[in-house]
Amino acid sequence: MTDIQPDLECRDLAKSFDDFQAVDRVNFEVPKGSFFSILGPSGCGKTTLLRMISGFQSPTSGDLRIKGRSMIGVPPNKRPVSMVFQHLALFPTMNIGDNVGFGLRQRGVGKAEIRKRVDEVLERVGLPGVSARRVDQLSGGQKQRVAIARCMVLEPDVLLLDEPLGALDLKLREHMKVELKSLQAAFNTTFVYITHDQSEALVMSDNIAVMNNGRFEQVGTPHDVYHRPGTAFVAGFVGDANSFNAKVTAVNGANISVATDAGVEMKIEAADAGLSVGQNAQVFLRPEAIKLVSSAADIGDSVNVSAGVVDSVLFNGANSSVTVRSTTGGLLKVALPQTGDYTALQKGDEVFTRWHPKQARCFQLAGGAR
Amino acid sequence: MSVKLTNLGRLALATTAIAALPMMASADTLRLLTWGGYAPEEVIAKFEAETGHTVEVTTSNNEEMIAKLRATNGGGFDLAQPSQDRITSAQEEFGIYKPIDMSKVDAAQFIPSMLTATAGNSSFEGEVYGLPHVWGTSGLVVNTAMAGNVQDYTDLCDASVAGKVSYRLKRPTLIGFAFSMGMDPFAAYGDSAAYQGVLDQVEAKLTECKPNVKTYWGGGDEIKNLLRSGEVVASMAWDTGGWQLNADNPDITFVAPKAGALGWIDTFVLPARGRADDAAYDWINFVMKPEIAAMITNTAGNFTAAVDGDAGVNADLKARYQGSFDQQAIDNIKWYPPVPAGLEAMEGATLDRINAAN
Amino acid sequence: MKSDASRLGFYLLFAPILLWLVVLIILPHIGLFIVSISEKVGPRQYETGFGNYAAFFGEPLYWRTFARTAIMSIAATALTLVLGFPIAYYIAKLTRGRTKTTLFLMCMIPFWVSELVRTFGWMILLRETGVFSNALQSLGLVSGPVEMLYNDAAIMVGLVYTSILFMVVPLVTTLDSLDDSLIEAGYDLGGSSTSIMREIVIPHAMPGIVSGCIVVFMLSLGNYLTPILLGGKDSLWFTGMIYTQFITRFNWELGSAFGFLLLGLSSLVVFLGLKLSGQTLSQTMGRS
Repeated sequence: MTDIQPDLECRDLAKSFDDFQAVDRVNFEVPKGSFFSILGPSGCGKTTLLRMISGFQSPTSGDLRIKGRSMIGVPPNKRPVSMVFQHLALFPTMNIGDNVGFGLRQRGVGKAEIRKRVDEVLERVGLPGVSARRVDQLSGGQKQRVAIARCMVLEPDVLLLDEPLGALDLKLREHMKVELKSLQAAFNTTFVYITHDQSEALVMSDNIAVMNNGRFEQVGTPHDVYHRPGTAFVAGFVGDANSFNAKVTAVNGANISVATDAGVEMKIEAADAGLSVGQNAQVFLRPEAIKLVSSAADIGDSVNVSAGVVDSVLFNGANSSVTVRSTTGGLLKVALPQTGDYTALQKGDEVFTRWHPKQARCFQLAGGAR
Repeated sequence: MSVKLTNLGRLALATTAIAALPMMASADTLRLLTWGGYAPEEVIAKFEAETGHTVEVTTSNNEEMIAKLRATNGGGFDLAQPSQDRITSAQEEFGIYKPIDMSKVDAAQFIPSMLTATAGNSSFEGEVYGLPHVWGTSGLVVNTAMAGNVQDYTDLCDASVAGKVSYRLKRPTLIGFAFSMGMDPFAAYGDSAAYQGVLDQVEAKLTECKPNVKTYWGGGDEIKNLLRSGEVVASMAWDTGGWQLNADNPDITFVAPKAGALGWIDTFVLPARGRADDAAYDWINFVMKPEIAAMITNTAGNFTAAVDGDAGVNADLKARYQGSFDQQAIDNIKWYPPVPAGLEAMEGATLDRINAAN
Repeated sequence: MKSDASRLGFYLLFAPILLWLVVLIILPHIGLFIVSISEKVGPRQYETGFGNYAAFFGEPLYWRTFARTAIMSIAATALTLVLGFPIAYYIAKLTRGRTKTTLFLMCMIPFWVSELVRTFGWMILLRETGVFSNALQSLGLVSGPVEMLYNDAAIMVGLVYTSILFMVVPLVTTLDSLDDSLIEAGYDLGGSSTSIMREIVIPHAMPGIVSGCIVVFMLSLGNYLTPILLGGKDSLWFTGMIYTQFITRFNWELGSAFGFLLLGLSSLVVFLGLKLSGQTLSQTMGRS
């Protein structure tokens, strides 16, 4: 036992429905006071996992501990966790004060004490004096904060959040990401956040678990997950990437040569890809890792250069990109530098692309050699 | 002013009531308001074949007949068949009938004594309103194997049949009990104070008798069902009901009470706003033919006022009739005289109090 | 042009409602009221006055029957709610898809036959020679036949049975609209089953509860067949009294006054019920 006990700990946690394995022996720990996200596509089992933590579903096998205490067989109303529901689940028949005070009332706290603590927590989430209002008198963001206050007033060991930003419009969502992060820091409570939106996970989390088909593909910091994806799934799911199926043609220490199915030769520097000649591999290349070069003269002695024609320009402010159709026929998505160069680029312009061998990620393709 | 207002109110009520009645028919459609069994299918078929009229039958009972005719001020039907004692009071209060034109009636088909008696009982302001048709009695229907000691109305209150008797909470019960208690309610008809005295005594008796009663029956099928199942062993009821049950179970039969069975005569009357009087007279003359009268007796179970009407009646029914009524019992039948207007209100209050008593 | 056409359309749509209201509701009530304020002074002679209403208050029998009817209707309503709520909760919250439809349909099947038939059904079950009595005897639980008919309990059974659908339907509708996550949130925040029922489910279902109660109360109060047939000799019911006044006593005047008093009574009870539950008529009737 370590001296700093994790707030939440799962050991070989599994859940199966009939023939379907929703959660498959998941292991993780969430240290106290951290923001932990579970990121995955819909149907990956993240909701089932969350419902097991909150107690609405019981695991088929494995153990789940909160502050070292096993939660197996403990009903949801006896667990030191609280949950912010996807649609918040504020009680429409109660005013804000009664909503926030609900949990305290269940614990038999005195009326005056409830009022005091409700007012305190509402103040902390930035909504002083809304106690008497009805739920439908609040804006989406305010409801969000009330839902958090309703949980936080109970001072749970772990706060679970089930995609609570899903229903908000884009602008508010961007704003709430920052706000949630700062609320978490202010309360210093462990947050477990599930989402299918990678940007939410990347912005807010201390650690992210990427989940797929009931398993954790990778657990790591946002930086790790983005820049050092552990599996092909993570590389493809987190962030944008151009992906190619290729065959390994040569391995020389960290330097690997592959040939894509379209016949393009690529040189990749990957220290621990564990590939050998003849294997099928999947190569991921982030759009921002590719540089555009207008003239052949500027290429120099770079590797991984190919000529192409601009196929389309996707203007999206700072996130603008172009797709380039290379002479071999493949399409490549390239991010435009934020410096404002290449703003004059138009469809049909001839360009060269190049990228550094260290920028690509290469994984052995599932199923091995074809 | 108040009369006008009242008329307006009546009109409004009548409008809604009319909506519930069959649509107005052409002149040769006879809309007949009668009792169950008085217009058998085969009789209607014969009548329609013979005269070309069509017949629409609505079955009902005394109170509902009057209530229906009152709702329409005597419209909606061309011929009705209330009991003879319920004609003059209803005519006096509501004016829902029109006088009989004796020239259109084949009087020779009627038993003269009954025709005269009914004419006397249904005369109002010098006009005759009723012709006799079917007659019968009400008395006791007893399961003789289980309640042989029930011989009179008041015997229904005997401890030996506790919880196993039934009667209607209607005026015949009041009358029957009054006779059985040694009073003559018919003699008191004209004197409301005396009649109230009779009612008060009967009320006391019936209230005292209430624990003995299983339930107050409402319809003929209900009481027959209760008697047949043995849940009730003695009840006030019509003679025909007893005879029908006797056919299934020889133990059950109609008993003419010692105090006298109550005799009633159902009549023909013309509703004030009936529109097919000729068809109505045709029907009257048709059903009073002996062979038709016998057909009606065979279905309704009661005898008619038709001359020789009992000739074609089946032997079983005759035998049951004779079993229930010897000559003395026939002589002892108390025939209902016309009910004076306002008497029903007094009786109603008494019945309500009995119903509410615990 | 267009507005003319749409106005015509409006009147065409409005006409049946107006006609229905005026001919079948307002006119008869005006007529009834006029009849109720005419006092009979002799054959075919009437005077305007409130004597019929006075007669009601002067005769204990009348207003006792009135009170008995109201109290038993309220009791029947409460019983229907107590029985109907778990049924509705089960259908709305604990079943899905085909099972839900089947259960809902099973609640409705008895209502495909007439009220008379349903009541006779109960008579067959409860009477002395009936199914229950025979079953108890053959099980050896009782030594002789038992009469379960012709008492207040039988009336209550009949009233609850005839009206339970009208409680279950609005309840299922409102409970259906209760988001499951609200119940889960209640548990998550430490609520027990009882407190969740009290603080979340019942407040949410309140409009359904109130509208169901209004309908059931009205149906019980206005029921005629069930009390008469199942209650037997102790079946005093106010509608029966109105019927008697109209049909067997020929006293339309008093009957009309009774009718108006019944209207007033039911309105008063509904009003009090709404006030006590803090609901408004538009909330409850608009929702279900």
